[in-house]
Amino acid sequence: MPEQPARERAGNFREVTLGYTAEDAAREAARCLQCKNPPCRKGCPVEIDIKGFIGRLREGDRDGAYRVLRETNSLPAVCGRVCPQEVQCEGACVLGKKGEPVAIGRLERYVADSFAAGNGCRQSTGERACAAPREVRVACIGSGPASLTAAGYLASLGVAVTVFEALHEPGGVLVYGIPEFRLPKSVVRRELAAMGEMGVSFRTNWVGGKTITVRDLLDEGYAAVFIGVGAGLPRFMDIPGENLIGVYSANEYLTRVNLGRAAFPGYDTPVCRGARVAVLGGGNVAMDAARTALRLGAKAVTVVYRRTKGEMPARREELNHALEEGVRLELLANPLRYNGDESRRLTGMTLERQRLGAPDASGRRSPEPTGETFELPVDTAIIAIGTRPNPILLESTPELRLGKRGYIEVDPASGETALPRVYAGGDIVTGAATVISAMGAGRRAARAIARKFLGEDAVTA
Amino acid sequence: MPVRILKKKELIPGQTVLLVLDAPQIARKSRPGNFVILRVDETGERVPLTIADRDAEAGTITLVFLVVGKTTAHLATLGEGQDILDVCGPLGKPTHIEPCSSVICVGGGTGIAAMHHIAKGHVAAGNKVAVIIGARNRELLLFREELAAFCHEVLVATDDGSLGHKGLVTEVLKARLEADKCVSEVVAVGPVPMMEAVAKVTRPFGVKTTVSLNAIMVDGIGMCGACRCTVEGKTRFACVEGPEFDGHQVDFQELKMRLGQFRPEEKDCFDKFRCRS
Ligand SMILES: Cc1cc2nc3c(=O)[nH]c(=O)nc-3n(C[C@H](O)[C@H](O)[C@H](O)COP(=O)(O)OP(=O)(O)OC[C@H]3O[C@@H](n4cnc5c(N)ncnc54)[C@H](O)[C@@H]3O)c2cc1C
Ligand SMILES: Cc1cc2nc3c(=O)[nH]c(=O)nc-3n(C[C@H](O)[C@H](O)[C@H](O)COP(=O)(O)OP(=O)(O)OC[C@H]3O[C@@H](n4cnc5c(N)ncnc54)[C@H](O)[C@@H]3O)c2cc1C
Ligand code: SF4
Ligand code: SF4
Ligand code: FES
Repeated sequence: MPEQPARERAGNFREVTLGYTAEDAAREAARCLQCKNPPCRKGCPVEIDIKGFIGRLREGDRDGAYRVLRETNSLPAVCGRVCPQEVQCEGACVLGKKGEPVAIGRLERYVADSFAAGNGCRQSTGERACAAPREVRVACIGSGPASLTAAGYLASLGVAVTVFEALHEPGGVLVYGIPEFRLPKSVVRRELAAMGEMGVSFRTNWVGGKTITVRDLLDEGYAAVFIGVGAGLPRFMDIPGENLIGVYSANEYLTRVNLGRAAFPGYDTPVCRGARVAVLGGGNVAMDAARTALRLGAKAVTVVYRRTKGEMPARREELNHALEEGVRLELLANPLRYNGDESRRLTGMTLERQRLGAPDASGRRSPEPTGETFELPVDTAIIAIGTRPNPILLESTPELRLGKRGYIEVDPASGETALPRVYAGGDIVTGAATVISAMGAGRRAARAIARKFLGEDAVTA
Repeated sequence: MPVRILKKKELIPGQTVLLVLDAPQIARKSRPGNFVILRVDETGERVPLTIADRDAEAGTITLVFLVVGKTTAHLATLGEGQDILDVCGPLGKPTHIEPCSSVICVGGGTGIAAMHHIAKGHVAAGNKVAVIIGARNRELLLFREELAAFCHEVLVATDDGSLGHKGLVTEVLKARLEADKCVSEVVAVGPVPMMEAVAKVTRPFGVKTTVSLNAIMVDGIGMCGACRCTVEGKTRFACVEGPEFDGHQVDFQELKMRLGQFRPEEKDCFDKFRCRS
């Protein structure tokens, strides 16, 4: 897929990958074998009829292809951009056994973008008439992909859905976490607007558990409540110097830039524009933080990771993009402490060299300390080592049953929690995972809610 | 949804402003010690302000703020009938109110307004409440009459001696603690150096001391960690675990440094705003 050249893009926030032209898409769609029993569909957590949508595209029926996507996926333009396709749909494609799998994600993005460009306001429902409105009301708390999917699914059946979001903008990680250059906010806004047209209403600045509780919502007559509040609370390492000025969590850094538009002309939210930046961690969040730091003008950005490149959980594409743009890696290294000056500003960090030992529970070889230490001078450090469950909603709803790690326990088939009529899904159930798995959970819960409150025959896909 | 300003009063001209906002749901849910995070307009920054009072029936909350930079200066330009783009709350843990106790609430500067709501909560719970308020001179003493209306005692300190004790609130507090051995808790809200000084005064008396930490915040819901403070050697998130903590355990030095972390950016932003207006 065409991309902005690495040197140019490292200096701006425009989207890196430029998307297919009609010719590119036709060429790629033609490669699909239209398998009799397509394995690709099973690789997709929301079970998109991949063969079906590519089939339509091959016939030149782009709008038909869009309708197929929309049947099971309420955010196709987002998924086409951020799904880890290589381990999902594309990982399962038969063509991938010998050569390159069909670029399903890119085709999905092409179809969603070009439909939106041509149809504007009709994009959410496609040709399908809106379902007749029903009496049933459902509340979703949080507005990330899990809630949005649940809301979209229920709204398409005529349910009146209200989404309560704590921040001032809906979208969850899609808005405050994933940067503009990977997922333009205009794409997210477009999908949100489409939901608005379907009748989903959004209430921002409403904190579940504070402004309104789950109990209040049930008492106010909502038939069911879906909790999709995400994972949230950033993890720190509990090592000396972590509260020095210049040490950020990736959430803070990315939220300042993505939600607060820090560093964009005319916006007030401040962010420190480090010259020498270290990012701790090896996942997508670390890559996003590192690439954001480059775009804010850092001279040197180093990703510090305690294992090797092979164990990095980041998507290959994101890692490669980061390397092309000039991000450096410091592998097999783990911070021991952050060092600061007398005004408690970060000046550098002391790292310890690691070596790989035996595989751990996740099957990855775990790092072992070697005792050898070295210094890395930095003025900014961004910690991207994962999250813990956010306590606000959980503390206010003690009836929920939590698992060992503190996430909500649900019935895996329906998403229902220990509290009747209350469902949950996404990162608040699984811990930090992916957009598409959160969407899958939203869909499962919505289907269970629809069955229970609208009847078996109301449920479509 | 934008929130309407119903009433505006300049408590200290050009410096301290009181706003009454139409926010029924926040009013219904708020407790002493809670705060809101607001954003004045589309390009504005999210800033926290304490809920200084609420009226659940009228559906209003009261904010009192000191103009210190761009956001507060901008907020001060808004008048009655105008809207604030985003107001989110009530946030933070409410004040822990131990029944059957005798409490001294200390407030300094704009912190008097925030302390006022806490004192109210203690009085409502049947506690004996003495308040000590301080400012540079008598004109700058906020909420003196309101406090006098419901507290058991109001003690005053001014730098110039224009009212009450000439000197600092901590001197009044110390004298009081020496005379009165039944005080079970001291609550302090105000500038960081004042809260630090209060904690220092109370330490030898072994009195439980609660301070309200005004760390820099972004989301206010525990998602970013900008508000982290060190309490008892451990990192705590002021927005979800606070803002009130044990004053004897807080690393005030760190808090002071962290509060200044964006000073150049803030100054730049404020200067641009002043040039425009
Ligand atoms: C920087 C970053 C990059 C990522 N990149 C990718 C990627 O490329 N591909 C991929 O598949 N996944 C990626 N992920 C992971 C993915 O974004 C998450 O797994 C997914 O967004 C989880 O969805 P969710 O609906 O569970 O919650 P979230 O997206 O976390 O949304 C939860 C929402 O709930 C709100 N909320 C929280 N508490 C409350 C409350 N009490 N009341 C009301 N609202 C509340 C939050 O403000 C938030 O808006 C990335 C994550 C991050 C942080
Ligand atoms: C829980 C809490 C309750 C508060 N209650 C009140 C109150 O009732 N009345 C009142 O006058 N002030 C209160 N403050 C302080 C108030 O938030 C700051 O004065 C305000 O954010 C300043 O913004 P500014 O743009 O006007 O000034 P800036 O020029 O941006 O900042 C001036 C100083 O204010 C502090 N500050 C800046 N941004 C933030 C931020 N996002 N969060 C917290 N502090 C910041 C910093 O120390 C900074 O140096 C409270 C703070 C907290 C954390
Ligand atoms: S939603 Fe994600 S996993 Fe499913 S087909 Fe699209 S890109 Fe693949
Ligand atoms: S598995 Fe691959 S080739 Fe087969 S239908 Fe799916 S996308 Fe086409
Ligand atoms: S302000 Fe973000 S975690 Fe407290």
